[in-house]
Amino acid sequence: MKAMTTTTTDIATSPVLEASGVTMKFGGLTAVQNVDLNVNAGEIVGLIGPNGAGKTTFFNCLTGLYVPTEGKVSYKGTVLPAKPHLVTMAGVARTFQNIRLFANMTVLENVLVGRHTRTKEGLWSALLRGPGFKRAEAASHERAMELLTFIGLEHKADHLARNLPYGEQRKLEIARAMASDPGLLLLDEPTAGMNPQETRAAEELIFAIRDQGIAVLVIEHDMRFIFNLCDRVACLVQGEKLVEGTPEVVQGDERVVAAYLGTPFEGAPGAEEVAEVEAAEAHSGGGGATRTDEPAASAPTTRTDAADAAGTSESASDAPGGKGTTSQEGETQ
Amino acid sequence: MRAMTTDITKTAATPAGDDASRTPLIRWIVTAGGLATVASTFTAWTYTDAFPGDLTVYGYPGGLQILTLVAGALVVLYGLASLGIKGLGWLAPTGTTKALWFFALGAFATTWFTTVAIAWQLGGLANLEPGAFAAAVASAVPLAAFALPDDTHKAKRPRELPSWAEILLIVAAFAVGMYVITYGIDTEYSELFTGYLITVGFAVAGLIKAGLTARLSGLTSKYRQVTVIAAFAAAIAFPFTQNTDTYTLIAVNILIFATVALGLNIVVGLAGLLDLGYVAFLGVGAYTAALVSGSTASAFDVQFPFWASVLTGAVVSLIFGVIIGAPTLRLRGDYLAIVTLGFGEIFRIAMGNLDGVSGPRITNGPNGVPNIPDLEFFGYNFGESHTVFGIELGAYANYYLLMLVAMALVIIVFSRAGSSRIGRAWVAIREDETAATAMGINGFRVKLIAFALGATLAGLAGTVQAHVQHTVVPEMYQFAGPVPPNSAFLLAAVILGGMGTVTGPLLGATLLYMIPAKLQFLQDYQLLGFGIALILLMRFRPEGLIANRRAQLEYHENDQLDVPDKGLTGSGVGITKAGA
Repeated sequence: MKAMTTTTTDIATSPVLEASGVTMKFGGLTAVQNVDLNVNAGEIVGLIGPNGAGKTTFFNCLTGLYVPTEGKVSYKGTVLPAKPHLVTMAGVARTFQNIRLFANMTVLENVLVGRHTRTKEGLWSALLRGPGFKRAEAASHERAMELLTFIGLEHKADHLARNLPYGEQRKLEIARAMASDPGLLLLDEPTAGMNPQETRAAEELIFAIRDQGIAVLVIEHDMRFIFNLCDRVACLVQGEKLVEGTPEVVQGDERVVAAYLGTPFEGAPGAEEVAEVEAAEAHSGGGGATRTDEPAASAPTTRTDAADAAGTSESASDAPGGKGTTSQEGETQ
Repeated sequence: MRAMTTDITKTAATPAGDDASRTPLIRWIVTAGGLATVASTFTAWTYTDAFPGDLTVYGYPGGLQILTLVAGALVVLYGLASLGIKGLGWLAPTGTTKALWFFALGAFATTWFTTVAIAWQLGGLANLEPGAFAAAVASAVPLAAFALPDDTHKAKRPRELPSWAEILLIVAAFAVGMYVITYGIDTEYSELFTGYLITVGFAVAGLIKAGLTARLSGLTSKYRQVTVIAAFAAAIAFPFTQNTDTYTLIAVNILIFATVALGLNIVVGLAGLLDLGYVAFLGVGAYTAALVSGSTASAFDVQFPFWASVLTGAVVSLIFGVIIGAPTLRLRGDYLAIVTLGFGEIFRIAMGNLDGVSGPRITNGPNGVPNIPDLEFFGYNFGESHTVFGIELGAYANYYLLMLVAMALVIIVFSRAGSSRIGRAWVAIREDETAATAMGINGFRVKLIAFALGATLAGLAGTVQAHVQHTVVPEMYQFAGPVPPNSAFLLAAVILGGMGTVTGPLLGATLLYMIPAKLQFLQDYQLLGFGIALILLMRFRPEGLIANRRAQLEYHENDQLDVPDKGLTGSGVGITKAGA
């Protein structure tokens, strides 16, 4: 599998992030089940999936906010500790889906907080104010201004973060995460609520971050954005990884389309597919319906699975990146 | 200044023509009213000297009349400034009308308070001289200011003064400030103190509205060192103005209270940890110092030198801080408040029980540790009077100066820690703990540092307190009670003054100590009044009397500029934090 995924990118081969078999259960609810994901150096990987698919939970497992019930997450070969601040220290930084800036601190201070792990000055040095303290403070300051210039907010360094417009708050969150000099940046819906121009700018920004040698894992709902941006895309549905591969592969995958949009209505194009689905349904005896409690939701689910079963042979042959395409499907049915 | 006058005429001209012609007339009326109020203070207001203060003399003002005089003079000054008299424009950088409202109210309230107090205490209006009636009428005239159109405008860029002049202005401002505070501490009877509060309250509100305080804070942030030196020089000068120890003792207690409040401000204001038992750490320090002081009631027969007992007190407080903090700071939210509340009470009760009957004999139980000897530094006995520069300083002046050093230390710790990596981490934790940990901040560790630092500083203040009071008893360290410092009053001082600022808790502690000490006739009602005042404050000024920039923006988003001043930009993060 690993060999397969590396073929999608020619930049580097060493994985920065290796998550294997990550499972997160909250009591009886399994939010993330047995997800494997690798991110290689210099790569932008996208994570898509409908709402409630477990993307953010998976992110929280990676960053130590949650301790995964099972599975292992390692960064550059070492297993990540299950404490958020140690994960950041190791070199994995993140942003949040709902912006979580320090609203009543200035823009510059927000970025300076991001420098926390890369500076050492404790209480004593702050009280004594030796030359070392001043040097470190000046260096942090300089680096923070550099990052603000990078995202284009240097002129607003002294504004309170809460007073920035929405798009700039998103950018500031990225700058704050980058202040910890990460090797991997996790972005949780960085373009949510942005207009097309802002989305374009965010895209440029993420490419620029990649060009600095930082690998990026990004959750997003904006398909155009994700397919433009990413070297590789993984799709999470109901806590499980449905498909992973190049944007073209994922884009063309019917199960992904089905997961997002549901399957076509009768009369819609693709009559032969519907026939296939019905055949498969009859064959499987409605086994897919056990997946969800809601009867209304069971129909599309079954269809997806059926379409899946039908499409397995072709996708396995023409998609080299389609790793683990059907493994989970087999066990659920 | 010329620009000022044109601006006023412009705003005056905007309303309908009728108003425009009336406005200068009203201004003249206000000014004349102020002048008449001033003049009335030179007359006698009552026949007898049964009312405290000398109000029976024609020719010069006395007692409460002086306050009326000051309020009236402010009305006159700002009335003239509003008329565009040359040379007075600097008085009101952001407009005179609102300032006049407050000054007029101040003059009115002070005068009427005085006349009503005379009539009330002496039993009838017959006790009022014609001068008092004249004053009452005259002080009502400036209220005409409320008919003036609002001329509030943005402050112009202040004229550049040579730096020596600006420094002189700062020094003068601190001299005036210190005089006003000293006057308050020295007030001899509660009527005068009440009048003082009324006058000062309205005057300060007026000066803020006039933009003069903003101009001054602009200057102070430009010359920080000068400001700090001036402030301390003013504070050091205080004992030299006192003849007796009575008011110096009040000042020492204010300093102790304020120092502990500043320590609490690190915990509450910066790190956002609600500590409801903070006074217990003061108690730990005080008890430690008392036990090693060589007092006969102490279970330990040792007498540490002062520096050693200060260190011991601070270290024991630190240990208690870590013991209390370590298990609770891992949790979020209100657990800490409950645990510290419990710790505060446990401390007090435990000290009461370690009397040899209910427990081991260590603290002498409810009787406390009496007869704590005075401090002695290299033969300099703190319990005796000393003559410095030909001025006799009483015993408490020594403790006052010592406490001032302790407070300076706490201020340095507060501002230096606040504007550093660790201080930013505290604020980040307060703002959003999840995001802060995601930025690599070890929340538990950073919170524990704040908590332990706060405990240490309180312990340090406690060691001095033990020697000032000569006695420590468990009842001094309650959660709430009529006498500050107690945990509730400490928290109130921080919140009332303004969380996260240096000057806020100082002001809060001063007010909360002086009001109960000066207005003893209020007795139990003072807690009622205090509660009402706190509710009103939280409703109308939730950021506290002295707000840091953040809190100001947080609570009054709409009427504040979100763009920082040029001056702030240059000084960098340090300022916003240190001021914070």
